[in-house]
Amino acid sequence: MKVTAQPTADTLTLLLDGELDASSAIVLDTELAKPDILDYRKVLVDCAKLSYISSAGLGVFISHLQRFQDANVKLVFFNMQEKVFNVFEILGLDALMTIVPTATEAEAA
Amino acid sequence: MKSALRIACSRIHLQQVRDFVRNYLSNRQLPEVAINQVVLAVDEVVANFIIHANGEDENQFLDLEIDLSERELNVQIADNGDTIYLPEAHQNPDLRDYIRQGRKGGMGMTLVNRLMDKVEFFTRGNHTVCHLSKHLA
Repeated sequence: MKVTAQPTADTLTLLLDGELDASSAIVLDTELAKPDILDYRKVLVDCAKLSYISSAGLGVFISHLQRFQDANVKLVFFNMQEKVFNVFEILGLDALMTIVPTATEAEAA
Repeated sequence: MKSALRIACSRIHLQQVRDFVRNYLSNRQLPEVAINQVVLAVDEVVANFIIHANGEDENQFLDLEIDLSERELNVQIADNGDTIYLPEAHQNPDLRDYIRQGRKGGMGMTLVNRLMDKVEFFTRGNHTVCHLSKHLA
Protein backbone atom coordinates (compact mmCIF):
# COMPACT_ATOMS: atom_id res chain seq x y z
CA MET A 1 0.00 0.00 0.00
CA LYS A 2 1.43 3.33 -1.02
CA VAL A 3 0.00 6.72 -0.07
CA THR A 4 1.20 9.76 -2.01
CA ALA A 5 0.23 13.23 -0.78
CA GLN A 6 -0.16 16.04 -3.29
CA PRO A 7 -0.81 19.39 -1.58
CA THR A 8 -2.12 22.48 -3.35
CA ALA A 9 -3.28 25.77 -1.83
CA ASP A 10 -6.20 24.56 0.26
CA THR A 11 -6.54 20.97 -0.88
CA LEU A 12 -4.61 17.84 -0.08
CA THR A 13 -5.00 14.99 -2.55
CA LEU A 14 -4.04 11.53 -1.33
CA LEU A 15 -3.36 8.93 -4.01
CA LEU A 16 -3.90 5.41 -2.70
CA ASP A 17 -2.12 2.63 -4.55
CA GLY A 18 -2.54 -1.03 -3.62
CA GLU A 19 -4.54 -3.02 -1.10
CA LEU A 20 -5.73 -1.51 2.17
CA ASP A 21 -6.03 -4.25 4.80
CA ALA A 22 -5.26 -4.96 8.47
CA SER A 23 -1.57 -5.06 7.59
CA SER A 24 -1.29 -1.87 5.54
CA ALA A 25 -3.94 0.35 7.21
CA ILE A 26 -1.28 1.84 9.50
CA VAL A 27 0.28 3.62 6.49
CA LEU A 28 -2.95 5.49 5.79
CA ASP A 29 -3.66 6.06 9.48
CA THR A 30 -0.27 7.74 9.90
CA GLU A 31 -1.00 10.07 6.97
CA LEU A 32 -4.49 11.03 8.18
CA ALA A 33 -3.29 11.53 11.77
CA LYS A 34 -0.82 14.26 10.85
CA PRO A 35 -1.90 17.45 12.67
CA ASP A 36 -1.31 19.75 9.66
CA ILE A 37 -3.86 17.83 7.57
CA LEU A 38 -6.49 19.92 9.39
CA ASP A 39 -5.03 23.08 7.81
CA TYR A 40 -6.56 22.09 4.46
CA ARG A 41 -10.14 22.86 3.46
CA LYS A 42 -10.46 19.57 1.61
CA VAL A 43 -8.81 16.18 1.58
CA LEU A 44 -9.47 14.40 -1.71
CA VAL A 45 -8.81 10.68 -1.81
CA ASP A 46 -7.99 9.38 -5.28
CA CYS A 47 -8.99 5.70 -5.25
CA ALA A 48 -8.17 4.88 -8.89
CA LYS A 49 -5.37 2.52 -7.87
CA LEU A 50 -6.98 1.30 -4.64
CA SER A 51 -7.72 -2.29 -5.61
CA TYR A 52 -8.97 -3.61 -2.26
CA ILE A 53 -10.28 -2.37 1.07
CA SER A 54 -11.15 -4.36 4.20
CA SER A 55 -12.89 -3.26 7.39
CA ALA A 56 -9.49 -2.21 8.76
CA GLY A 57 -9.12 0.28 5.90
CA LEU A 58 -12.67 1.54 6.31
CA GLY A 59 -12.03 1.86 10.03
CA VAL A 60 -9.14 4.24 9.42
CA PHE A 61 -11.39 6.63 7.49
CA ILE A 62 -14.21 6.30 10.04
CA SER A 63 -11.85 6.97 12.94
CA HIS A 64 -10.73 10.31 11.47
CA LEU A 65 -14.02 11.52 10.00
CA GLN A 66 -15.37 13.27 13.11
CA ARG A 67 -12.00 15.02 13.64
CA PHE A 68 -12.13 16.26 10.05
CA GLN A 69 -15.74 17.40 10.40
CA ASP A 70 -14.96 19.25 13.64
CA ALA A 71 -12.17 21.12 11.83
CA ASN A 72 -14.39 21.83 8.76
CA VAL A 73 -12.19 19.70 6.53
CA LYS A 74 -14.18 17.95 3.82
CA LEU A 75 -13.17 14.38 2.99
CA VAL A 76 -14.06 13.39 -0.57
CA PHE A 77 -13.41 10.08 -2.34
CA PHE A 78 -13.23 9.83 -6.12
CA ASN A 79 -12.20 7.45 -8.94
CA MET A 80 -13.36 4.49 -6.86
CA GLN A 81 -13.37 1.07 -8.51
CA GLU A 82 -16.74 -0.70 -8.51
CA LYS A 83 -15.55 -3.57 -6.29
CA VAL A 84 -14.22 -1.09 -3.70
CA PHE A 85 -17.36 1.07 -3.81
CA ASN A 86 -19.36 -2.13 -3.26
CA VAL A 87 -17.67 -2.58 0.14
CA PHE A 88 -18.70 0.95 1.22
CA GLU A 89 -22.24 0.18 -0.02
CA ILE A 90 -22.56 -3.09 1.88
CA LEU A 91 -22.01 -1.27 5.16
CA GLY A 92 -24.02 1.81 4.14
CA LEU A 93 -20.95 4.04 4.30
CA ASP A 94 -21.72 5.46 0.85
CA ALA A 95 -24.55 7.39 2.56
CA LEU A 96 -22.27 8.77 5.29
CA MET A 97 -19.23 9.70 3.23
CA THR A 98 -18.84 11.83 0.12
CA ILE A 99 -17.98 9.61 -2.82
CA VAL A 100 -18.05 11.08 -6.34
CA PRO A 101 -17.04 9.61 -9.70
CA THR A 102 -14.41 12.05 -10.94
CA ALA A 103 -11.65 14.44 -9.86
CA THR A 104 -13.62 17.36 -11.28
CA GLU A 105 -16.63 16.50 -9.12
CA ALA A 106 -14.38 15.97 -6.10
CA GLU A 107 -12.92 19.44 -6.54
CA ALA A 108 -16.42 20.91 -6.82
CA ALA A 109 -17.83 18.97 -3.87
CA MET B 1 -11.57 -29.52 -6.66
CA LYS B 2 -10.47 -28.33 -3.24
CA SER B 3 -7.47 -26.14 -2.67
CA ALA B 4 -5.66 -25.63 0.62
CA LEU B 5 -3.30 -23.15 2.24
CA ARG B 6 -1.52 -23.01 5.59
CA ILE B 7 -0.28 -19.68 6.96
CA ALA B 8 1.46 -18.55 10.14
CA CYS B 9 -0.48 -16.11 12.33
CA SER B 10 0.96 -12.83 11.09
CA ARG B 11 -1.06 -10.15 9.36
CA ILE B 12 1.67 -9.93 6.73
CA HIS B 13 0.21 -13.16 5.29
CA LEU B 14 -3.20 -11.60 4.57
CA GLN B 15 -2.04 -10.72 1.05
CA GLN B 16 -1.16 -14.38 0.48
CA VAL B 17 -4.63 -15.42 1.67
CA ARG B 18 -6.34 -12.98 -0.70
CA ASP B 19 -4.19 -14.09 -3.63
CA PHE B 20 -5.00 -17.72 -2.81
CA VAL B 21 -8.77 -17.06 -2.91
CA ARG B 22 -8.53 -14.88 -6.03
CA ASN B 23 -6.47 -17.45 -7.87
CA TYR B 24 -8.90 -20.20 -6.95
CA LEU B 25 -11.91 -18.22 -8.19
CA SER B 26 -10.31 -16.83 -11.35
CA ASN B 27 -11.30 -18.30 -14.73
CA ARG B 28 -14.69 -19.38 -13.35
CA GLN B 29 -16.76 -16.72 -15.13
CA LEU B 30 -17.49 -14.85 -11.90
CA PRO B 31 -17.92 -11.07 -11.77
CA GLU B 32 -15.02 -9.16 -10.20
CA VAL B 33 -17.34 -7.78 -7.49
CA ALA B 34 -18.46 -11.31 -6.51
CA ILE B 35 -14.87 -12.54 -6.31
CA ASN B 36 -13.90 -9.52 -4.20
CA GLN B 37 -16.77 -10.22 -1.80
CA VAL B 38 -15.52 -13.75 -1.12
CA VAL B 39 -11.93 -12.52 -0.84
CA LEU B 40 -13.08 -9.90 1.67
CA ALA B 41 -15.07 -12.34 3.81
CA VAL B 42 -12.14 -14.76 4.05
CA ASP B 43 -9.68 -11.92 4.72
CA GLU B 44 -11.84 -10.61 7.58
CA VAL B 45 -12.16 -13.99 9.29
CA VAL B 46 -8.45 -14.76 8.87
CA ALA B 47 -7.49 -11.30 10.20
CA ASN B 48 -9.69 -11.89 13.25
CA PHE B 49 -8.11 -15.29 13.90
CA ILE B 50 -4.61 -13.84 13.52
CA ILE B 51 -5.12 -10.72 15.63
CA HIS B 52 -7.82 -11.57 18.18
CA ALA B 53 -7.51 -15.33 18.65
CA ASN B 54 -3.74 -15.72 18.33
CA GLY B 55 -2.35 -12.31 19.24
CA GLU B 56 -0.24 -12.38 16.05
CA ASP B 57 1.83 -15.28 17.37
CA GLU B 58 3.74 -16.49 14.31
CA ASN B 59 4.26 -19.88 15.94
CA GLN B 60 0.54 -20.54 15.50
CA PHE B 61 -0.99 -21.31 12.14
CA LEU B 62 -4.27 -21.41 10.26
CA ASP B 63 -5.42 -23.94 7.67
CA LEU B 64 -7.68 -22.79 4.85
CA GLU B 65 -9.65 -24.97 2.46
CA ILE B 66 -11.74 -23.68 -0.41
CA ASP B 67 -14.07 -25.64 -2.63
CA LEU B 68 -16.41 -24.53 -5.40
CA SER B 69 -18.61 -27.09 -7.04
CA GLU B 70 -21.96 -26.63 -8.76
CA ARG B 71 -21.72 -22.92 -7.88
CA GLU B 72 -21.71 -23.75 -4.16
CA LEU B 73 -18.69 -22.21 -2.47
CA ASN B 74 -17.44 -23.60 0.82
CA VAL B 75 -14.52 -22.19 2.76
CA GLN B 76 -13.15 -23.64 5.97
CA ILE B 77 -10.69 -21.76 8.15
CA ALA B 78 -9.28 -23.82 11.00
CA ASP B 79 -7.36 -22.18 13.81
CA ASN B 80 -4.72 -24.48 15.23
CA GLY B 81 -4.27 -22.34 18.33
CA ASP B 82 -5.80 -23.40 21.62
CA THR B 83 -7.89 -20.27 22.24
CA ILE B 84 -11.54 -20.82 21.47
CA TYR B 85 -12.67 -17.86 19.40
CA LEU B 86 -16.39 -17.51 18.74
CA PRO B 87 -17.09 -13.93 17.66
CA GLU B 88 -20.49 -12.35 17.93
CA ALA B 89 -21.93 -10.94 14.75
CA HIS B 90 -22.66 -7.22 14.84
CA GLN B 91 -25.48 -7.28 12.34
CA ASN B 92 -26.47 -3.65 12.46
CA PRO B 93 -23.75 -1.43 13.85
CA ASP B 94 -24.64 2.25 14.27
CA LEU B 95 -22.02 3.71 11.95
CA ARG B 96 -22.93 7.30 12.86
CA ASP B 97 -22.04 6.36 16.41
CA TYR B 98 -18.79 4.75 15.24
CA ILE B 99 -17.92 8.01 13.46
CA ARG B 100 -18.71 10.10 16.56
CA GLN B 101 -16.54 7.78 18.68
CA GLY B 102 -13.72 7.64 16.13
CA ARG B 103 -13.98 3.89 16.32
CA LYS B 104 -11.67 1.82 14.09
CA GLY B 105 -12.95 -1.72 14.54
CA GLY B 106 -16.15 -3.68 14.93
CA MET B 107 -17.31 -3.92 11.32
CA GLY B 108 -15.45 -7.00 10.11
CA MET B 109 -17.91 -9.68 11.17
CA THR B 110 -20.83 -7.53 10.04
CA LEU B 111 -19.29 -7.52 6.58
CA VAL B 112 -18.72 -11.28 6.65
CA ASN B 113 -22.33 -11.94 7.64
CA ARG B 114 -23.65 -9.66 4.92
CA LEU B 115 -21.34 -11.09 2.25
CA MET B 116 -21.83 -14.81 2.82
CA ASP B 117 -25.00 -16.93 2.86
CA LYS B 118 -23.89 -18.84 5.95
CA VAL B 119 -21.26 -18.14 8.60
CA GLU B 120 -20.58 -20.68 11.33
CA PHE B 121 -17.94 -20.80 14.05
CA PHE B 122 -17.63 -24.05 15.97
CA THR B 123 -15.13 -25.94 18.08
CA ARG B 124 -13.23 -29.04 17.11
CA GLY B 125 -11.38 -30.31 20.16
CA ASN B 126 -9.42 -27.35 21.51
CA HIS B 127 -9.55 -25.48 18.24
CA THR B 128 -11.95 -23.12 16.50
CA VAL B 129 -13.16 -23.63 12.96
CA CYS B 130 -15.04 -21.16 10.76
CA HIS B 131 -17.15 -22.36 7.88
CA LEU B 132 -18.34 -19.92 5.23
CA SER B 133 -20.66 -20.80 2.39
CA LYS B 134 -22.26 -18.94 -0.48
CA HIS B 135 -24.13 -19.74 -3.66
CA LEU B 136 -22.37 -18.01 -6.53
CA ALA B 137 -24.89 -17.38 -9.30
